[in-house]
Amino acid sequence: MTSTAPMLDVLEGFIQELRTAGLPVSLTENLDAMEAVQHIPMEDREAFKYALAATLVKNHAHWKAFETVFEVYFSLRRPGPGEDSDLAAELDAANLKPDESGAAGGGSMDSLSPEELAEMLYRALLNADEATMQALARQAVTRFAGMEPGRPVGGTYYLYRTLRNLDLDGVLERLMEASREQAGGELTNLEERLERDEYQERMAKLRQEIEAEIRRRLVADRGPEAMARTLRKPLPEDVDFMHASRDEMATLRRTIQPLARKLAVRLARKRRHGRKGPLDFRNTMRHSLSYGGVPAEPKFRYPRPAKPEIIVVADISGSVAAFARFTLMFVYAIASQFSRVRAFVFIDGIDEVTRFFEGTEDVNQAVHRVNTEADVIWVDGHSDYGHAFQVFWDKWGPEVSPKSSVILLGDARNNYHSSQAWIVKELRQRARHVYWLNPEPRSYWDTGDSIVSEYGVHCDGVYECRNLRQLERFVEQLG
Amino acid sequence: MTATNTEPRFESVPAVRDGLASVRYLADEGIAGVVYLADRLQKPVLVEGPAGTGKTELAKAVAQLTGSRLIRLQCYEGLDESKALYEWNYKKQLLRIQVERNEEEKATWTDIEEDIFAEEFLLTRPLLEAIRAAEPVVLLIDEVDRVEVETEALLLEILSDYQVSIPELGTVTATQVPLVFLTSNNTRELSEALKRRCLYLHLDYPDLAREKEIVLARVPGITENLADQIARVVRSIRQLELKKAPSVSETLDWARTLLLLGATEIDESQATETLHILLKYQSDIQKAAKELSAAAS
Repeated sequence: MTSTAPMLDVLEGFIQELRTAGLPVSLTENLDAMEAVQHIPMEDREAFKYALAATLVKNHAHWKAFETVFEVYFSLRRPGPGEDSDLAAELDAANLKPDESGAAGGGSMDSLSPEELAEMLYRALLNADEATMQALARQAVTRFAGMEPGRPVGGTYYLYRTLRNLDLDGVLERLMEASREQAGGELTNLEERLERDEYQERMAKLRQEIEAEIRRRLVADRGPEAMARTLRKPLPEDVDFMHASRDEMATLRRTIQPLARKLAVRLARKRRHGRKGPLDFRNTMRHSLSYGGVPAEPKFRYPRPAKPEIIVVADISGSVAAFARFTLMFVYAIASQFSRVRAFVFIDGIDEVTRFFEGTEDVNQAVHRVNTEADVIWVDGHSDYGHAFQVFWDKWGPEVSPKSSVILLGDARNNYHSSQAWIVKELRQRARHVYWLNPEPRSYWDTGDSIVSEYGVHCDGVYECRNLRQLERFVEQLG
Repeated sequence: MTATNTEPRFESVPAVRDGLASVRYLADEGIAGVVYLADRLQKPVLVEGPAGTGKTELAKAVAQLTGSRLIRLQCYEGLDESKALYEWNYKKQLLRIQVERNEEEKATWTDIEEDIFAEEFLLTRPLLEAIRAAEPVVLLIDEVDRVEVETEALLLEILSDYQVSIPELGTVTATQVPLVFLTSNNTRELSEALKRRCLYLHLDYPDLAREKEIVLARVPGITENLADQIARVVRSIRQLELKKAPSVSETLDWARTLLLLGATEIDESQATETLHILLKYQSDIQKAAKELSAAAS
């Protein structure tokens, strides 16, 4: 183990990077981490990682960010023979001789033909042979990634190149074939699925190994600080809806349920608390008995205020579709907190989509149907807020009541059609509240064909709603 | 730290792990590491994670392992000082005053006050009890996310200094540092102040190997083969997008059911018929049944 002083230096840089990545690490937590590492030896990598996490990361959503930074800062400081040598030497060691744990592969891996390598990969995956898989990951990176020192390319590029050469899909089919043969021809559907899941998990592990290997080499080349900077990603609650990648969107979707549950509890509590009704005479008398008949503890009736009705009117044209989908999912996930939720979607035509959500518990399914079945095209399929609002007003306007809160979603990019802003004004008079959520950054508002202010003046509030954090804050004040 | 230092309970991280395994709690590196650290740093552990992943069980297992008494405070909305910390036994105090009045008229107010605010009239509640215990204790504060934010403040003094201030008696300091576990189902964000004082442990669903071990350890009489299959089916189900993924305790229930039904292998029809033990929402059950029996795409 290295002496403590450099260790603390590394830790300091590490914590600094965590803060830059957006994790709220307080001074106390910093000190705790310093103390924690005195007790857990760094050789025990897993325990060491969890010790740092336990003191520094107090929100599970931040785990991924923590893990990435941890990998970058501590991946090279692995226990082993190369520890004291400088980084370049370690890189060489990693390149040339497979780790002692990969002895199965032996030092001869370099001389294998591509076919032999593929065969070896297949065997390793079939037998879940982790040591060989590690060695293979290393070998694959050396062979296929084509890494050049100092080249300003992100890790994803190398990962892609390596994976493309390994043809994992093909290997998966081969593995499945082998399973089928072993079972004597056919697998039942259940078995088929279980086998596939198993192999996919093994491949995910291999992929992680490769990723880690690439990262290790990049860190050796560029140093941890630079590497951490390239890998920095927004925390889940800060991911921009409009620019979320598919992976990020999937992560967001997974967070909906827990978040909705949390929010529902908060809304329910908020409704119950902070409102005192008239004196509850009976209850007060009953409690006075324990004070010898003195009504020392007055009890009050708690009113149960009516839940609001929510009407969501969402633009689902290309640019803001992801945002609209997400908001719909979210609103329906906490539908129990509202007396009723009605949903309308539009592009230049408008359609009510409440029917897709009613009678099903599967919100994802419903949103999918909204995308495929809703009738939202009137002329050319370019957003026309004016026309959509006009139709909404004519058809459903009378159903808007003082109990309903209307939420309008969209970037108000109206393609220079007429705005019909008077409808929003009328709506506000009829409804309890009218809000506008805009997924664009505030600085883009009213630029080009965006006319959000024209509508905004008639709303109770116009909110920038680019990420989960902002959406959550908005929904909370609805209850 | 004001509390007197006690001997560390655990030797090393692997020791914690083996110890927990001996009381049939299968910990992974993370769990063992955090428990070990909690003991060394004398800090409480905040355990968060989906329902049914063994949060409460962890505290029980640690108590059993260290031979400590488990003191449990179940949190709920409206929990207050008198239920969590201490309360004056006012009925007894009233009686005492009555008696005093009957004996002689001359007792002064100070006498009475000293009399009635003595240990004798103190009703200890879980938190105070944990602090005053002479023997080693494990304090479990269960579902701490259920109390209001304001009530959370009650816990802060105890969690950082292991002491309780009672205005009439003074400050009660712990003679031994209890191991404290707080569990949360994450129904609301806990305050920064509370989080800062705790080590954080997120308990997630276990991986395949660990889940299998858990089934083997917890369901006597189950075969290795069946346990393996159970773990694999559960893993596949957890990968679906469900309202509520099956928890470890539901896995165990399912394993017991299958055992009772005399199953040695899981086939499709059996899996589909018993799905309602794993999943609690109709839509989830339908979805899982469909996915499990559908031909792989």
